[in-house]
Formats: sequence, C-alpha cells, structure tokens
Amino acid sequence: MMDVITKPDPGPSREYHFPSFDEETLPGGTRLVVAAAPKLPIITILVVFDAGAAEDPAGKEGIARLTARALSEGTSKWDGAELAEKFEQMGTSLDTGADWDSAIARVTVLPGNLAAALTLLGEVLADPAFPEREVERLKSERIAELLQLETEPRGLADERFPAFLYRESSRYARSQGGSAESVRSLTRSEIDAFYRSRYTAGRTTVIVAGDVKKADVRTLVTPLATALPRGSVARLHAADIPAPASRAIHLITKDGAPQSEIRVGHAGLPRKHPDFFPVLVMNAILGGLFGSRINLNLREKHGYTYGASSSYDWRRGAGPFEISTAVQSDVTAAALREIFAEVERMRSEEVTLEELSLATSYLEGVFPIRFETTSAIASALANLIIYDLPRSYYDEYRKEISRVTAATVLKAARDHIHPEELQTVIVGDTGQIREGLTSVGAGNISVAPAK
Amino acid sequence: MRIPIETFHLDNGLLVTLSEDRTAPIVAVNLWYHVGSANERTGRTGFAHLFEHMLFQGSANVTANEHMELIQRAGGTMNGSTWLERTNYYETLPSNQLALALWLEADRMGRLLPAMTQEKLDTQRDVVKNERRWSVDNQPYGTMLEKLQELVFPADHPFQHSLIGSMEDLSAASLEDVAGFFATFYTPDNAVLSIAGDVDRAEARCLVEGYFGSIPRGKGKPPLAPMALPPVFGARRRDIVEDEVSLPRIFLTFRSPVFGSDAYYAASVCSAILGMRRGSRLHRSLIRERQVAADAAAFTFDLAKGTDLFVVDVTARPETGVTRLEDEVEREIDELYRDGVSELEVKRALALIETDLVNAMQSAGERADRLSMFATFFREPELVNVQADHYRAVTSHRVNDFIAERLGEDNRATLLYVPRAGQGTEGVLAEAASEA
Repeated sequence: MMDVITKPDPGPSREYHFPSFDEETLPGGTRLVVAAAPKLPIITILVVFDAGAAEDPAGKEGIARLTARALSEGTSKWDGAELAEKFEQMGTSLDTGADWDSAIARVTVLPGNLAAALTLLGEVLADPAFPEREVERLKSERIAELLQLETEPRGLADERFPAFLYRESSRYARSQGGSAESVRSLTRSEIDAFYRSRYTAGRTTVIVAGDVKKADVRTLVTPLATALPRGSVARLHAADIPAPASRAIHLITKDGAPQSEIRVGHAGLPRKHPDFFPVLVMNAILGGLFGSRINLNLREKHGYTYGASSSYDWRRGAGPFEISTAVQSDVTAAALREIFAEVERMRSEEVTLEELSLATSYLEGVFPIRFETTSAIASALANLIIYDLPRSYYDEYRKEISRVTAATVLKAARDHIHPEELQTVIVGDTGQIREGLTSVGAGNISVAPAK
Repeated sequence: MRIPIETFHLDNGLLVTLSEDRTAPIVAVNLWYHVGSANERTGRTGFAHLFEHMLFQGSANVTANEHMELIQRAGGTMNGSTWLERTNYYETLPSNQLALALWLEADRMGRLLPAMTQEKLDTQRDVVKNERRWSVDNQPYGTMLEKLQELVFPADHPFQHSLIGSMEDLSAASLEDVAGFFATFYTPDNAVLSIAGDVDRAEARCLVEGYFGSIPRGKGKPPLAPMALPPVFGARRRDIVEDEVSLPRIFLTFRSPVFGSDAYYAASVCSAILGMRRGSRLHRSLIRERQVAADAAAFTFDLAKGTDLFVVDVTARPETGVTRLEDEVEREIDELYRDGVSELEVKRALALIETDLVNAMQSAGERADRLSMFATFFREPELVNVQADHYRAVTSHRVNDFIAERLGEDNRATLLYVPRAGQGTEGVLAEAASEA
C-alpha cells in the first residue's frame, strides 16, 4: 500500500538545455538566428527591428507603434485586405507591433507553408506602401483606444503612472502608443521616413524556430534580407531620466468605484544591469510569486484583493519598478500601509532561507516550461538580440539564479528600492478614500479627473 | 498530427488519460471535475467558483496555501478555473515532480474537509468578492457574461445564473455548503485526470493507482434541471445596459449546436469566417472598409449540453452611434443569411484552425486540458486527435445549412452596452470628428 500521507520526494531530474541555435550575418547586414525545435510540425518566424518606441521623436510619440502596425496594411502590389487574405489562406496571420525597444513581425506556420509565407513576408517588409487611408484608420483606432481607457480603471492607472516616474522630456514618461495629440499629428510621409531609417538591413534580425533545417532557412530568408532598406540612424536621447521626486499620492477620480486600482513605484533598472539576477530574485520574494510577501499579505492574510504583485518592466533603459493591485475601496489606506511596510521590510532585514529557496527553485525549475512553444523560443532568442545579452545567457541562467544569496537580495533591495521616492497612483472614488490616505505617510495628495 | 493517448479507469470510477511526449522534462497534470455553476442550488450562485478557491486552502496533509508553495518550490505553475459545466485544476512542473502533483491532487480529492475552517472560508469569500469587483463590477462590459446568461436562458435553466455569483449569495455560503458540495461532486467517478508530457506510462499508472485508488466512489449527483432548448429563440430578444463604458458594444447572440456535434463544427467554422482575424468578414467590412467598428469578433461558447451560444461581438468607433452600430451588425448577418459563405472562406477558416490546433498541442498543459475536456464531456479523450478531421469535413454547404437554420431573425438576442448618459465623451468625439 502506498503512503498517501507523506509528501513524496522528487525523482532524479532529467537535464534540460535551451534549444541550440545558429547565428550568422547575411550579405547586407541582416542577422539570421535559427533554432531547430522539431517537437511538432510548426515553425515561428520572428523578425525583429531596432525600431522601438523609446526612440519616437518628441511630439511624435506613437510613430514606432503605428509604423509597425501599418506595415501589414499594403504593399505596392497588394492592399491590406489582400495581404490578410493571403496569409490567412496559409493558415497564419502576420502580427506586427512595437514595444519600447523593438518592432516585430511574426508568423507561425505549418512547414508546408514556410516558403510561401517567407516570400510574402519579404514583400511586406521590403515594400510597404503605408496607404494614406489605412494610416488614418489606424490613427483613429488609437484615439478610440485612448477613449476606452478613460472608463477602464486598470488601463487608466497603467497609462497615467509613468508620467510621475520620469522627467517630462523622457520618452518613458509618455504613453508608448502616443497621445491623441501626438498620434493626430503623424503623417504618412513621416511614417515612411521612420520606416526607411529604422527598418534597415543592419537593424534587422530574422529568427526562425521550430521544425526546420538550418540550410533550408538560409536560402529562404536571404531574398528577404537583401531587399530591406540600407542606411543607418544614430540612437537618440536617453528615454529614462527619473523625475526628481519625493513620495506623493496621485488620485484619479472615478466616482462610485467599488475598488481602488493602485500602482506604487519608481524608475527601476536597465535590463543589462549587473544586479539583474539578485533583483529578479528579490522581486520574486517581494511580489513576483503567488507566495510572495505582498500577495500573501494583501490577499491571503487580509482578503483585501484578488491579487497583488510587483514587477520590473525590463527595458534597455530603466523601466518602471511597480507594485500593482486593486483593493475594495474601504480598505485603500490600509492596503497602501501594508504595501509600504512590505517595501520597508524588504530593505531592513535579510529574507529567510525558506523564502530565498522558494524563489530560486521556482525560477530554476520553471525555466524549461517557459520554452515549450516555437513562439516562446523565438521570443527568447529575440531578447538576446534586443538586450545584447551573451550567447550563453540561457545556458547560464539557472547557475546565475542559484548564486543569489540572502545577502545579495538584501543589498539589491537597499541599493535599488527607494522608499522615499515612491509614487502612488490610485484610480478610485476620491470622495471615499481621500481622507484615510492622509495618515498613511505616502506623501502629498493631489487629485486629477479621469479625462 | 496525432498525439499518443492511453486511457484507463480506476475501480472507483476515476477516468485517467496519459499522453507521452519526451521532448522536454516537463509534465502536466490536469483534473476536470464535472461540476460547474450549473450545479449550484438556488440562493448559492457563485458557490462552485468559491469552492474552487477553497481547494487551495489545504487538505488533511497539506496546510493552507502549501499546495501553491510546494508546486512553485518544485519549479511548477498551477491554477484552477470554474465554468458553467466544469471546474479544472492543473499543474505543469518538472517531470521528476509528477508524484508531488498527484499526491497534492489526491489529498484534496480524498481528504479536503479536515482542513476547512470558518476563517479560511471568510477570507476566500472576501478574495472572491474582490475578484467580482475587479473582473465584473469595476470593469467596462464586465457584466457581459451575467447579462447574456439572463437574456438567453430561461429562468429555471442551469446556465441562467451568474457564474461569479451575487454578493448576497457569496455572503450566505457556509461550511456546511462546502462539505455538501465536496461530498456530492468532488468524487473520483465525477472527475477526469490527464497527464501529458515526459512520463513513463507504467510508472504514472502505478502512482495514480497508489494515490487515487483508495478514494471512495461518490454516491451520485442530483440530476440537473432539464437542459434541452429549442434550436431557436422563436422571437427577438433584446437587453440594453447603460454602463460606465466609453464606446457602445453589441453582443448579438444565437442559439447554436452543442459542442462536439457535427453541426457544431460547421458553426465553429462560421464563427471563424465572420470574426477570426483581420481577413474575417466583420473585420474587413466593419473595421477596414466602413470604419464603423473599433473591434469585431465572433466565437462560440463551446457548451456541451442544452444549447451552445454563437456570439458576434462588435465595439463601435467613437463616431458611430448605437443605432448605426446595431444596424451595421444586423446588415452583416442578414447578408450572410441571404448569400451564405463561399468555399474559399471556409478554406481560410480551416487553414487558421488547423494551425491553431497544432500550435496549442505544443504545450503540455494545453494537451492535458483538452484530453480532460473530451474525456469529461464525451468519455472519449481520443476526440483530441479526431477534432482536426471533424473540421476538415466541414464544407461551405454544411456551413450554409447551419446559417439557414440558426442565423435567421427568429434566433437573435441583442445585448447592447451603451455609455451612461453624461459620460462626457464630447472632447474626444470632437477630436475624432475633426479628423474626418
């Protein structure tokens, strides 16, 4: 009879290696990265351009995202509807978009459609027409999106938060997709110029992951790579200058809201920071895991919320460090007090070995689960390129995690969390929550409308 | 593409499916209990979901929240979810930790009640009330599921009431309710266990028998109120909700063939033709050409009993009024009803669906979940492999039969969200107008 009372011990663990990959530079300067991962007959092609929103010119915020989205809206040969139809008849769709550090184009196909998909993708990337009508439509859709945010508390809190963390002149202070004003000012010719200067062969990497042979891929990708625009552009301004600030609460009024959407944080660290691993583990303990201090406190101890977490938004520049939760309105002040107490505790004493091992064993153990799909493998490879990480990064990852100690976690918290600078944004029922907040000690309170 | 599947029963009625894939040292464990909000009694809306939360509060040999801690410490991920017809619990973890996941699932299936306390129930009740505030009450269109259920199902139908539950009913839930629900529904003969990934099948079977074999069979569950409904509503239905939203949004809903039936596959293909990706009819027409919509989609609920629902979901652009939105969507459906679909449209939908099926099977968790789904609803996990064939057999002729039968005026229910009066969208509207 089996022992059903005692927790079983793990069996011997099987080794896991991140898929091996080949890298080369094609004539013209485009890089090609190929990872054979033949689990199932499926392939992801991910093209990464050094054309992210961090470099949007002042007043033209939103141009990186709009350019990426408009890529699939037509070539000199096909209009947008025809392109969508062609890709979808191949069982895939072309996703294009931009975040802070890169723009991407991605398709996932069954092997029989690989050659045709790459050919069409090549046409799209080398010969986009940016039709006026479609550009105007995409601009209107962004304006509709901004309007939707006014009644969406989570989105509204996320949208408003960065303006309090960064200097006004910093790109990170403003919305990634641009404001109604900046988006309205974008023209077709500006988008075309943005494309010609940034979607160049030298700023492009083609990543192919899945059921493929490396030699085949090279032949298929070369025409695409040689057709891209040539040239270069200097990197612009720093996007991440923090606003000099002391603690403050910024209330955004939503009358009658049953919950308060809370964001607390300050500018964090750039992705390539030498303390990346200790900070990763520190954040896991503070608010990154279900069993983290903030979640256990706010959710499981107090029942204030459905969930609470902390995160670092890792970018080339110092993206936000932020604690995020939504609590029922009548406990807003109490919840904020707990959040500040947890932040202080993180800096005042070493984490227990139990907490440390929970975080490190989770991060080490979950590593293979992060790369089950061709799309996930391609994205992981893209991060090596975007953040200029070493080729061995994924082979070393678990070793780096295991080297983190309670002492380095404490040092990371003391060096990189600055309680005196924490900015708090709350979207909620100002009339109900304001008075209670005065005694929390989270700084001066200002109030703004939702629109 | 076919995945390997092995199926067996334990003497206590637990149905077990295994799918071996040795590509990476990962294993997924997935349990479906054939109980959902449909099984709740009057005055206890939301209880199936509250109960799901209680399953993470420990069992005889596991302390509160230890389940999550042990899985995360093992390097795994886990969660659970509740739906109208079922509740599932799942873990994906390093394959040498399979025994841990099975032990945890077996302890709460066999020995939950010793760990239940009033304090835990009170805390989880507060958590769930906050989940309701977060996902329903303080979220634009968040009441959609509740409002739709009320609109399309008759009052005494098991699918008619709220899944997340009312605040009042959540407050009323007691420890006796927990005990009763557990005894009635959380039994091995009302569950399916699926394991997918890096497993030795003989070893897995041995572990399953060891951990789950001694859990007693249940005493049967009370029958649900009659589920069957006529294929069409018979008359138009309509509900208008004034809400804290910026843009009008319509959910035009039809009764549709139940999940898994032959006609279901035609309905599913039809929903892809109408609303899947940018090449779909709604996207081409309402977003790209006529520019009256900001978003457009169509989908089926995939309900396996009574009736399924086929939903067309379109959000207006700021300059599109409510009446215009409704007219434009109705016009699209009328056109579809009049002219049907072409073989080329079916081909596009099938190509997308096929890639999606293969894509989904890459993840061990997804594999295990689909095995559990087919095993729970039809006792036939092999349907995972047959599903693609069912789709491939769909022709324009069959889609047009579905359309003729289900998309007529006698089968339309309109749930319409409109911005609350005085919402004050004038600023952005003026801005949008200046664009034109």
